[in-house]
Amino acid sequence: MISYIKMKTIDDKTVKHVAHLARLELSDKELKLYSAQLASILSYISKLNEIDTANVPPTSHALTTLKNVFRKDILRKSLETDEAIKNAPASEGDFFKVPQIIESTDRVQDEGK
Amino acid sequence: MENLYSLAAHRLKELMVKGEAAPSAILDQVFSRIEKFDPKIKAFVLANKEKAKRSVNNPTKLKGKLAGIPVLMKDNICVKDEVTTCASRILAGFKPPYDATVVKKLEEEGAVLIGKANMDEFAFGSSCETSCYGPTKNPWDITRIPGGSSGGSAAAVSADETILALGSDTGGSIRQPAALCGVVGLKPTYGRVSRYGLIAFASSLDQIGPITKDTEDAALLLSVIAGYDEMDSTSVDLPVPDYTKALSKDVKGLRIGVPKEYFIEGLDKEIEAGVKAAIELLRSLGAKVHKISLPHTEYAVGTYYIVATAEASSNLARFDGVQYAFRAGNSRDMIDMYIKTRSQGFGDEAKRRILLGTYCLSTGYYDAYYLKAQKVRTKIREDFDKAFKECDCIITPTSPTPAFKIGEKMNDPLSMYLSDIYTIPANLAGLPAMSIPCGFSKSGLPIGMQILAKAFDEETIFRAAYTFEQYTEFHTKKPKL
Repeated sequence: MISYIKMKTIDDKTVKHVAHLARLELSDKELKLYSAQLASILSYISKLNEIDTANVPPTSHALTTLKNVFRKDILRKSLETDEAIKNAPASEGDFFKVPQIIESTDRVQDEGK
Repeated sequence: MENLYSLAAHRLKELMVKGEAAPSAILDQVFSRIEKFDPKIKAFVLANKEKAKRSVNNPTKLKGKLAGIPVLMKDNICVKDEVTTCASRILAGFKPPYDATVVKKLEEEGAVLIGKANMDEFAFGSSCETSCYGPTKNPWDITRIPGGSSGGSAAAVSADETILALGSDTGGSIRQPAALCGVVGLKPTYGRVSRYGLIAFASSLDQIGPITKDTEDAALLLSVIAGYDEMDSTSVDLPVPDYTKALSKDVKGLRIGVPKEYFIEGLDKEIEAGVKAAIELLRSLGAKVHKISLPHTEYAVGTYYIVATAEASSNLARFDGVQYAFRAGNSRDMIDMYIKTRSQGFGDEAKRRILLGTYCLSTGYYDAYYLKAQKVRTKIREDFDKAFKECDCIITPTSPTPAFKIGEKMNDPLSMYLSDIYTIPANLAGLPAMSIPCGFSKSGLPIGMQILAKAFDEETIFRAAYTFEQYTEFHTKKPKL
């Protein structure tokens, strides 16, 4: 068991900001717990700084020979609209139905940050 | 006569050819096992007896390499019109409008789909405990975890509640539960099997693969599911060999690499002894054993938890209450609906990984974390490139410990992450790797060894594993339920 107490925690404000970016809302209890756990994980991850990677190219996936993949631009059958929206919690006609978008919480929160 | 439910698919095929077993009898026996033992093991989140019965009663469907063989799907593989949830509340009630490519391929070869297996939520975990349905139990000791995230698939194969199963492996999610449940689990080369219809966790690492009672079945099942698919642009257009032809009982001249970085402090002594004895057996059969070094091994877990969580946070952004089944009520507006849906729909580990991934990708941290991890990933890949100049395959332990107790690591995510220390490098490098049973602890828990090979060289893994199985009986042992 790793002790979280001795380690420097990433501050609650950063975790709160990241949670907002990820569209998550954390209770005070979750905020404390995740801040401590993330700090411990990040401290473990900081081990990567031991390696000099100045001239190393990044690997984004393991298929080194694979570049962009294109398909022919040919019209073909896709999912029917009713199939595509049948799992939606709310829909109307051929559309996904969502709550009000304009004047949303996000703008208020981002401005107040 | 032996019980049909306890036999491997290749044995059942022989019996069916001779007229000594019928698909309906196999299915009945498997379902009687499920009804008897699954209340205790909890490997299934959905057992679809009626649909399976319809399949075995339809002679036009029962044709092909897997005709009449029951197969269990992990709950992150889409089956058309069948609830597929990734063991998450946020997908409660979701019925995919299409089949995953592996599902189509299985049905084309006559396989009988019997249901969906429990897993860690969105495959985030090594113990099957983060499932919204509650944990699956290890058939060898029900106070212990079956491993994860494909814990339901591995436990069901081990408890003879299915003949074959599919899992998915992003950092060890097929191999670690296979090791802990005493069965065979293969993560194929990245790009070998189409990921179309596999609900994405980390797209550069995920791969679907077989969990089976022995190596021959793994080869049989891979032969069916492998191959290029235009619906997955990362599937690779290489011919698919008949992998069962690679099952030769001969390792003469096979060069086995044993990396010193894998036999370190923290490795359980009994596992170390079991794996070393297995290597010794292969040496006595003519294999050549080389000590090798994979110097960046100790950085694999750190690299993985940046790459995997970054990709996961991006993949899971789609679960916002608009397109899929679950939406939280009482929201003021759109953003509020996103936030409430995600906060209520995701479990604890999913939130933790989304936060970590979002942080690693956020402005100011991208270079320090994500880009750095991608560069270290290159170093880890290069380690393997070098090693495979000296050897044909690499043998290591699959897991540093046998199955741990339910609840033991739930409050310590980092310690949970470290249980994948031996399996993660193969995902980062995109290599094929398989776990097979190679012993038991004194307390009777299964021990697995991992065999890795070059990209698209699953055949060498099958050759080594099959030879080992012909001289040992670990894979034939069954838990007492």
